[in-house]
Amino acid sequence: MAHDLGFWMLQALNALQLSMLLFLLSIGLTVIFGLMHFVNLAHGSLYALGAYFAASLAAIGGYWMGFFLAPVAVAGAGVLLYSGLIKRMRNSGPMAQVLVTFGLIFALLDVTRFFWGDLALAIEIPAILDGRLTFLGIEYPAYRLFIIALGLAIFAALAVVLDRTQIGAMIRAGVDNDAMAACLGINVERLFFIVFCVGCGLAGLAGAVAAPLLSVTPDMGLQILIPTLIVIVIGGLGSLKGAIAGSLVYGFVQTFGAVLAPQAASVLIYALLAAVLVIKPAGLFPAKG
Amino acid sequence: MKRAILAALGLATSLAVPAAAEENIKVGLLLPFSGVYAALGNDIEAGFAVALEQFGSEAGTGFDIVREDTEVKPPVALGKAKKLILQDKVDVMAGIVSSSVLGAVRDTVHGAGVPLIVANAGNDEATGTSCSPYITRMSFSNGQVNRPMGQWMHDQGIRKVYTLAPDYAAGRQMIGGFVESFTAAGGEIAGQEFTPFQKTQDFGPYLAQAKASGADAVYVFYAGGEAISFVKQYDSFGLKADLPLYGSGFLTSPLYVNAEGPAAEGVITALHYVPTLDNAANAAFVAAFQAKTGRLPSEFAVHGYDAARALIEAAKTGAHDRASLAEALRQVSFDGPRGKLSIDPATNNIVQPVYVYETVAAEGGLTQKVLAELPAEADPANGCEMAPVSN
Repeated sequence: MAHDLGFWMLQALNALQLSMLLFLLSIGLTVIFGLMHFVNLAHGSLYALGAYFAASLAAIGGYWMGFFLAPVAVAGAGVLLYSGLIKRMRNSGPMAQVLVTFGLIFALLDVTRFFWGDLALAIEIPAILDGRLTFLGIEYPAYRLFIIALGLAIFAALAVVLDRTQIGAMIRAGVDNDAMAACLGINVERLFFIVFCVGCGLAGLAGAVAAPLLSVTPDMGLQILIPTLIVIVIGGLGSLKGAIAGSLVYGFVQTFGAVLAPQAASVLIYALLAAVLVIKPAGLFPAKG
Repeated sequence: MKRAILAALGLATSLAVPAAAEENIKVGLLLPFSGVYAALGNDIEAGFAVALEQFGSEAGTGFDIVREDTEVKPPVALGKAKKLILQDKVDVMAGIVSSSVLGAVRDTVHGAGVPLIVANAGNDEATGTSCSPYITRMSFSNGQVNRPMGQWMHDQGIRKVYTLAPDYAAGRQMIGGFVESFTAAGGEIAGQEFTPFQKTQDFGPYLAQAKASGADAVYVFYAGGEAISFVKQYDSFGLKADLPLYGSGFLTSPLYVNAEGPAAEGVITALHYVPTLDNAANAAFVAAFQAKTGRLPSEFAVHGYDAARALIEAAKTGAHDRASLAEALRQVSFDGPRGKLSIDPATNNIVQPVYVYETVAAEGGLTQKVLAELPAEADPANGCEMAPVSN
C-alpha cells in the first residue's frame, strides 16, 4: 500500500484528536491526585455522566446547551461526591480510597442505567461543525478539528492559570508541599475542593465532547479509565506538562501503532508504559522534582 | 385432632403438588439483565414473553419461568446454570447472549442432559465441534449470516473489498464467513484489519487505511456501542460516497440505528431478521411486540420469540421432560417472522433465509428496506458429530 503525505497528515490529526480527548480527562485526574494524593478511579464515570447529561440536554436545547451545561452539572455531581464521600476518605490511606472509588464506578454505572436505560444514546454534531474542511490537500472532519482546538485552548488556559495567577501559585504550592502551604495561610482544604470540582467539570466536558463522536453507553467510563491512567502514569503525576505529554504519547503510539503494526497495536502502549516505569519511574514530567 | 388435620393437609398437598408440577413445564431463562448486553437480554425476554402470550395456549401445558441474570460473566452464568439445573430442576433452559457464556455452560448442560435453546450466542463451534444433542440454536451462527453476502456482493459487481472487525472470536468468524464466499466467487480482499475489541475509541486510523487500500467497498462487523461509533465516524470522514459501507446486519440493528442517525443511511448489510419483513407472521409479531414495549422488535427480540415458539412446538408433540423435549426440539420447524425456520438435525443449528437490507430514511426515523432474500442454507457440519434423532 502506497501512502502519500496526506495519509500521514490525516493520521497525525487522528492522533492529535485522540490525545486532546484524553488530555481533557487526564488533567483533572492528575491534578486532583497531585494536590490531594487522592486516586479517584471514578473519574471515568464522571466522563460517562457528562456524556449522558449532554445527551439529555442536547435533546432539549440542542448541542450547545449540552456542551455548556453538562460540565456544570458534572461539577455539581462532583460537589456531592466531595462532600458526601471524598472529604471523609481524605485521610484513610490509598487502599481504602481506591476500593471506595472503584466501587463507585459500579454504583454510578447502575445509576446511569437506571436513569437512561441500557440502550445507547447519541448526540448529533451541530450544523456548524458538521461536514469536512479541506486544507493542504486533505479533507478532515470539522468536529475533530474542533476537539483539537478545544483541547489546545484548555491547555493554554490552564497553563496561564497555573503559571501566572495567584490561585495557580497556591495550587502549585499545595502540590509541592501541602503542609507548608497550609502553614503559610493557604486554605488548602478549600483549594482541594475547587480543584476537585474543576477536574470533575473537565471530565464532564470530555464526555460532552466525545459523545457525538462515540456512542453514549453506560460502560463508556470503564473503557476510558485505563487509557487515562496510562496517560497520567506516563506523563508523571500531578503536572499539566505531564498530562499533555502523556496524552500526546498515548494518542500517537495508539494511532500510528494501529497503522504501522496493527497486530501489536493493543500491546504497544503497555510496552511503552512498562519502559517508562523502568527508566523514569516517576513519569516524564512529575510535579515534584 | 389438630395433628390429624395437619397430617391430612400434608397428605393432600403432597398429592396435589406433583400433579400440578406435571402440568407445567419449568423453563429457566438464562440472560444478561445487567452488564454490557443488558439491552439484548431485555429484548430477548420481551420477545419470549410475547410468544408465550400469543401461542402459549396451543402448547397443551403451562410454563413456569425462572429467570436468572448471567451478568455476561462466564463464571456467574455457570453458577446460575447449575442452580437452574440442580436446585430449580428446570425441564428446559433458554437464553445465552454471549458466546463465551455459552462456552462456559456447555459441558454442564450437556452432562446434565438438560435441553438448552440458544437465543443469541452465535459462535460457530457451538453447533460445530462442540455441538450437543441437548443444545439447539434458534438464533444464528456467525458464519451463516455473512456467508451469503460474499456471493451477493460479487453479483453486484464489487470486486475488491477491505474488511474490518473487532479482534475476538465473533469478529473473526463473521468476517471469515464473508471472505470465504467472496473469494470463492472470484472477489479479492484488498486488506483486512482486526481492531482491539472494546478498546478502540477512534476508528480514524483504520478508516484512513481502508481509503488508501484501493478497495471498491468496505465490509465490516461491529455491534453495540462500537457499531454506533464506527458508523458515525465512517460518515464523518465522508467515505460513504466513494467507498460504500457493507456489513453484517448487526452493524445497523434496529436497536442501535436511531443512535447512529443519518450516518447509517445507505449502509447495506445482511441479517436473518429485520422488522420490515413483509409477511403475516412478522406483522403479528411486530404489532404484539410494539404493544408490549413501545419499540420495534430487533433481531434479538425475534430470537427470544422464536425460542419460545420452538419450545411450544416441542411441547405440542407431547414432550414433557428433559429427554423428550431435547429430542423434540431437534425436529422443530415452523413459519415465523423470519420466514420458514427449521433445525438441522446434523448440527442442531437453525436453517433460515438471510436478508440483505439497506438502512433508509423514512417518516419518523430510519427504517430497513429489504433488497434481497438469500435462500436458507444449512451450515457445514464443521466437525459436529452427534447421535441422530432417535424417535
